[in-house]
Amino acid sequence: MAGVTAYSPSADIELRPAQREPWWVRFLLIGGALLVLTVLLLLPLLTVFAEALRRGWEIYVAALSEPDAKSALKLTITVAAIVVPLNVIFGLAAAWLVTRFNFRGKSLLVTLIDLPFAVSPVVAGLIYVLLFGAHGWFGPWLQAHDIKIIFATPGLILATIFITFPFVARELIPVMQSQGSDAEHAALTLGASGWQTFWRVTLPNVKWGLFYGIILCNARAMGEFGAVSVVSGHLRGVTNTLPLHIEILYNEYQFAASFAVASLLALLALVTLIAKSFLENRLES
Amino acid sequence: MSIIAQHVCKSYGRYAALDDVSVEFHTGKLVALLGPSGSGKTTLLRILAGLEVPDDHPRLSVRFGDRDVTNLKPGDRGVGMVFQHYALFRNMTVFDNIAFGLTVKPRARRPARDEIRKRVERLLELVQLEAFGRRYPHQLSGGQRQRVALARALAIEPQVLLLDEPFGALDAKVRKDLRRWLRQFHDEMGITTIFVTHDQEEALELADEIVVLNQGRIEQSGEPQAIYDEPGTAFVCEFLGNVNRLDGWRDHHGPVYVRPHEVEVGFAADEGIQTTAKVSHLFAAGPIARLNLRLNDGRFVDAEISRSQLETMALDEGDEVGLRFRNTRRFREE
Repeated sequence: MAGVTAYSPSADIELRPAQREPWWVRFLLIGGALLVLTVLLLLPLLTVFAEALRRGWEIYVAALSEPDAKSALKLTITVAAIVVPLNVIFGLAAAWLVTRFNFRGKSLLVTLIDLPFAVSPVVAGLIYVLLFGAHGWFGPWLQAHDIKIIFATPGLILATIFITFPFVARELIPVMQSQGSDAEHAALTLGASGWQTFWRVTLPNVKWGLFYGIILCNARAMGEFGAVSVVSGHLRGVTNTLPLHIEILYNEYQFAASFAVASLLALLALVTLIAKSFLENRLES
Repeated sequence: MSIIAQHVCKSYGRYAALDDVSVEFHTGKLVALLGPSGSGKTTLLRILAGLEVPDDHPRLSVRFGDRDVTNLKPGDRGVGMVFQHYALFRNMTVFDNIAFGLTVKPRARRPARDEIRKRVERLLELVQLEAFGRRYPHQLSGGQRQRVALARALAIEPQVLLLDEPFGALDAKVRKDLRRWLRQFHDEMGITTIFVTHDQEEALELADEIVVLNQGRIEQSGEPQAIYDEPGTAFVCEFLGNVNRLDGWRDHHGPVYVRPHEVEVGFAADEGIQTTAKVSHLFAAGPIARLNLRLNDGRFVDAEISRSQLETMALDEGDEVGLRFRNTRRFREE
């Protein structure tokens, strides 16, 4: 194309003065953002570790190896290990339903998927108490059959499933929507069964989005406080998860121990964040 | 293998995408399903593939040869389908894409690994992509992807090949090459092929037969020349090729249609002319000169004349000419 010069953004990355804000505007905006980040995020994170280690490494290790702390960690991991796989299945099914089919009530379903985001976790916990608690709808029947849900692990699992339900589905729906169903249809015309199509075409195409959803779901499942607090009953060494254990220690003025356990949870969160940013890079490429 | 579809209806809510369509596609032909967007052509193709389920009709049937496939799943119909945007499996190499239809067969009918490799290599050769087996789809150009999609569809040795807007996403030059290639390819394979297009030029140039669809109904079907020369409805006449539409020409009721190449251009003083006109625009780039003419009653018509006639008449914009319409068409009012 004679006479037409292609515009290449990389060639003149140096902005002309007319395209640049005055120095003090840039200084205020960037400085303000850094200040907010430091005060609201960085300092609290550092405090957690500083407080945890303030009374020495031995106290720190003792706080983590104490039986109640161990049991809380075990329970937290157990709950996450049950909740995350279930929500992967639910999330895949919901995303598949929403993106591949048209049916009456679809927008209602999409709204329901988002419900846990909108409802306060405490309310979510109360719903389960009202349903399965001793005086709840199913309470008498459950008692007659000697099934314990509230103030027991099943209640923790139910409440956590509810709270973390949207994460996988919400990650998958846009990915599956943008990919469309042509590849799956192609697989079907080539003679693949529904199962083969799912494993060989659908799943590989959404795998990074799925991992991303799993990580978010897992982070929330381990960190959830409100809903779990309502259904747990705070039985030490039995129904206390890590966040609940931290609260109890704190309320008993055992600050070093409380921060030590908190640092464990913070470490879990940091690992999650690193994995998440790694996945984000993969998703973009 | 011939394909006969009868009483095919499909509505989405209150919108009828196909309104009781019955059509036959003859064995070994390359047939174009031609129509504007929303005419139902892709829906019909997808119903033939089994990807859409037609609405109930007491005499609904879809037959491939003597096989009734109305209630068969897509994978059991033996169709090769090529999608508009290729729909290649992005997570697989070109080789694995083409092998897919063979590797998903139940173990009893699945060819041995060596046999699959040989067949895929043959197909790669057929679509002239021998060196590309280990690439991924995103490393290929549009035309190459399209050929991979075709090879993948052919791997299952389909009896029918269905192509949805096969050249829609390609640029003009590649489109032309691939069109010619598909024509040759079809002539060698002799497999009944149906392709969907909204491009009348593509349909006229490539197909043995054309089925023209409009608003969920078949307007006309037949050989390209027959449809072009003898359009059965005003829609077909306007949709296939360029045409001038003159409302109420010479006291006729309703519109009269004249194709640009059927407008004879002479001098204003010639004998037998029907009207005079002024040359308003003149486009002479290409083998044929196109004239935009303003009739003496103020309406415009397009005419096509050869370059040599343009030169002998020494026409220029603003000149006065005499016109005769060699062939006019009128259609029953809808």
